[in-house]
Amino acid sequence: MNKQAELIRQVSGVEPLKCMKCGKCSASCPSYEEMDIKPHQFVSYVQNEDIEALVASKSLYKCLSCFACIERCPRGVKPGALIDAARQVVVRQRGQQYLSADEIPALLDDEMPQQLLMSAFRKYRR
Amino acid sequence: MSVKNEEFRPVIVAFCCNWCSYAGADLAGSSRLAYPADVKIIRVPCSCRVNPMFILRAFEKGADGVILCGCHPGDCHYSTGNYYARRRMTMLFSMLDFIGVENGRTRVEWVSAAEGVKFSETMNSFVDKIRSLGPNVRLGDLRCKD
Amino acid sequence: MQRIGVFVCHCGSNIAATVDVKKVVEMALKEQGVVHAEDYPYMCSEAGQSRIGEAIAQKKLTGIVVCSCSPRMHEATFRKAAERYGLNPYMVEIANIREHCSWIHKDMEEATEKATILMRAAVAKVHLNAPLQAGESKVTKRALVIGGGIAGIQTAIDIADAGYKVDIVEKTPSIGGRMSQLDKTFPTLDCSACILTPKMVEAAAHENITIHTYSEVEKVSGFVGNFTVDIRKKARMVDIDKCTGCGVCQEKCPSKKTPNEFNRGLNNRSAIYTPFAQAIPNVPVIDTDACIKFKTGKCGVCQKVCQAGAIDYTQKDEIITENYGAIVVATGFDTIKLDQYGEYAYGQSKDVITSLELERVMNAAGPTKGHLERLSDGKAPKEIVFIQCVGSRCSDDRGKPYCSKICCMYTAKHAMLIRDKYPDTNVTVFYIDVRTPGKNFDEFYRRAVEDYGVNYIKGQVGKVIPQPDGSLLVQGVDLLDQKRIMKKADMVVLATAIEPNPDVRKIATMLTASIDTNNFLTEAHPKLRPVESPTAGVFLSGVCQGPKDIPETVAQAGAAAVKVIGLLAKDKLKTNPCTAKSDELLCNGCSTCANVCPYGAITYETKLINDHGIREDRRVAVVNSALCQGCGACTVACPSGAMDLQGFSNRQILAEVDAICR
Repeated sequence: MNKQAELIRQVSGVEPLKCMKCGKCSASCPSYEEMDIKPHQFVSYVQNEDIEALVASKSLYKCLSCFACIERCPRGVKPGALIDAARQVVVRQRGQQYLSADEIPALLDDEMPQQLLMSAFRKYRR
Repeated sequence: MSVKNEEFRPVIVAFCCNWCSYAGADLAGSSRLAYPADVKIIRVPCSCRVNPMFILRAFEKGADGVILCGCHPGDCHYSTGNYYARRRMTMLFSMLDFIGVENGRTRVEWVSAAEGVKFSETMNSFVDKIRSLGPNVRLGDLRCKD
Repeated sequence: MQRIGVFVCHCGSNIAATVDVKKVVEMALKEQGVVHAEDYPYMCSEAGQSRIGEAIAQKKLTGIVVCSCSPRMHEATFRKAAERYGLNPYMVEIANIREHCSWIHKDMEEATEKATILMRAAVAKVHLNAPLQAGESKVTKRALVIGGGIAGIQTAIDIADAGYKVDIVEKTPSIGGRMSQLDKTFPTLDCSACILTPKMVEAAAHENITIHTYSEVEKVSGFVGNFTVDIRKKARMVDIDKCTGCGVCQEKCPSKKTPNEFNRGLNNRSAIYTPFAQAIPNVPVIDTDACIKFKTGKCGVCQKVCQAGAIDYTQKDEIITENYGAIVVATGFDTIKLDQYGEYAYGQSKDVITSLELERVMNAAGPTKGHLERLSDGKAPKEIVFIQCVGSRCSDDRGKPYCSKICCMYTAKHAMLIRDKYPDTNVTVFYIDVRTPGKNFDEFYRRAVEDYGVNYIKGQVGKVIPQPDGSLLVQGVDLLDQKRIMKKADMVVLATAIEPNPDVRKIATMLTASIDTNNFLTEAHPKLRPVESPTAGVFLSGVCQGPKDIPETVAQAGAAAVKVIGLLAKDKLKTNPCTAKSDELLCNGCSTCANVCPYGAITYETKLINDHGIREDRRVAVVNSALCQGCGACTVACPSGAMDLQGFSNRQILAEVDAICR
């Protein structure tokens, strides 16, 4: 199996074969129209091990990490976790980040959820 | 009969009640859900037919693990048999460590006739557990050798 | 010393492909007491059985071991064969080398080794087998049907037509079940009530059928042919013999604020009520939780207005006990609760309804008198969205993992009926897959699309958002067009998953019938015995066994009836001879075994015992083999080891343990 595909599966804990292709993830996604690869397609990209295209996709940075897809998926497939894992694959490729921790503005809202900060970090570190 | 590789091959006895777990094992078979060949099933009419003596005898004769499977609580074909089994096994298992059988070598599981998947998963996890425990040597040292 | 024959079946390639059957035969011949061993491609075939017969005759076999499929499959076959060739049927043991060996293992050496061990265990057991004789028990020629829906009604009519007495026990005040709530039926669009009510009337008028409505099964004991059942007849507070069904009481009842169950809570009913106009019996019941008389002691209007003097506030629940030879479970289904599906706004907007609620809205006797209107403001909807698979095919804990089977078809039916009656209303169906296996089913669905212009969109809906103007915004995607869809709708209908009636778990426990993880009753064999429960004498009819539509339910109801008739037609049944037996010399009369016996099969007698020359009167346990079902609970409980189970004796099981651990 493709190493990166395996990595994405491991990091996300997602079993793409569980997907029944109902499209509820895409239907739930608030960023659907901004994405070039749609949430329901993430699963088939991992399944088909077409990771190169997936990590090059701008969908990685359009995902808001709202987890509506994870919450509503009837089969427990978690497309949002897949995209998060794909992001990490990119992050692990050194030298590609264009945002570092100290560039993050000091004036962050205390009320801001940790989750949002973390996902922003992952997304924009490139 | 020779065993191909030298890895530890445990002897595992599974007592299955005729109405639920044995049927569950049949379903696992007809669904081709694999589990290790180390598991050998003995059919009993009900889990309450299993005398603690049978389990002790199995360990005495060299079994590395014994698992008892019955109907889910409340679903016993004979109404209450699995409740008796549960109590008896709780009593027995609490004493096994004392005589030299580690706790993990015995287990009680409820598997219904419709749960082929659960049967296979249960057996896989039980065999893994027994493999991790290794051969049943603690009792072996006490055992009379013939 | 036994003379044992071992017969190893290839089962075509089912066994022979993974188990070296010749090797098993060779190993069998090395076992003590085995005087004959052979293999054959199909042991269960006529030729295979006659080989067993020849071997019994030629080698004077006293016991045989068949290494084949599960004993649950062919134990009876081989026992009969043995009996035919002059061997006691209980001298046969099966080593299950198919389901428990060849089908689950890939490695031939490993599988052959395991098959050999299983064979050895069976040989070790046969050594200790003793001939057993089956006893007889008589059959009560009366059947009980639990549930008065279409499944129960059809089963009851079919049994009654064959000349046997049948009782129907129905929990609600009337028979009719879910089908009575439906408006039309697919794929013919028959009016549901028009085809159901004649059946209800037929059942009620049948001389062999007794209907207990507003009643529940309270307790079941006994076994096949001899069940004893306690039925709780809940107090109706209305004398069923005096009531004329005029309906004045319901009109005059001042308490009219109870959600109407029959209309799925979409409107209210009075405290004294009949669920629907064609109810059978057409006798109301008083809902004592809602009745002012029962709550405050003051009212009594219904009693005053009743010309027949049928109202009786003093009625109490009554428990009747009946004997039955067979029991049919026909408890049906309900739709799942949608509390956990917040995204579809079911609880938030009155205009998001389930399909069963839509049935009531479309029905002339329903809350809107059959006019399609929004329940929030009574306006006619112009855009209706149907969402499929709500709670079906969900592997999470919110829904059900199975396909509810009927939703694709009833949604097509609803869509078609709406487009037919209200041509200016647009209908959109969001689907994952459209599943239409069945006679004229796919044609029906295509008609909805091609002739009625129903718009089918592939893709599950993500969210339904109630808008300030009272409309609903449906957010989805068209997976085939890769397009986002934001559709404004006036009404959203959810094809809600069905689940077995929640009461079935209680009933299954009483009947000791097995039930699966989704609360569907398990059939004795998924293909060959689909209407029988593994518990002898208990039969399954309708959705309690698995999702199905009306024609399938009626077909299964008839099949269950045939099985019941086949049972009731017998005067005597052979009983299982594998019963407990007490060794009088060892028994100390402590009563422990009698206390654990679930069947009350053990009694105590004072007997003259000759214990090695010492003659004395002792109190010893005696097992009634007609009552004993052979569970073996007593054998383990017995402190002196006097109690043993024939066919599964201590020595036999220990011999198996020894053979496996050898």
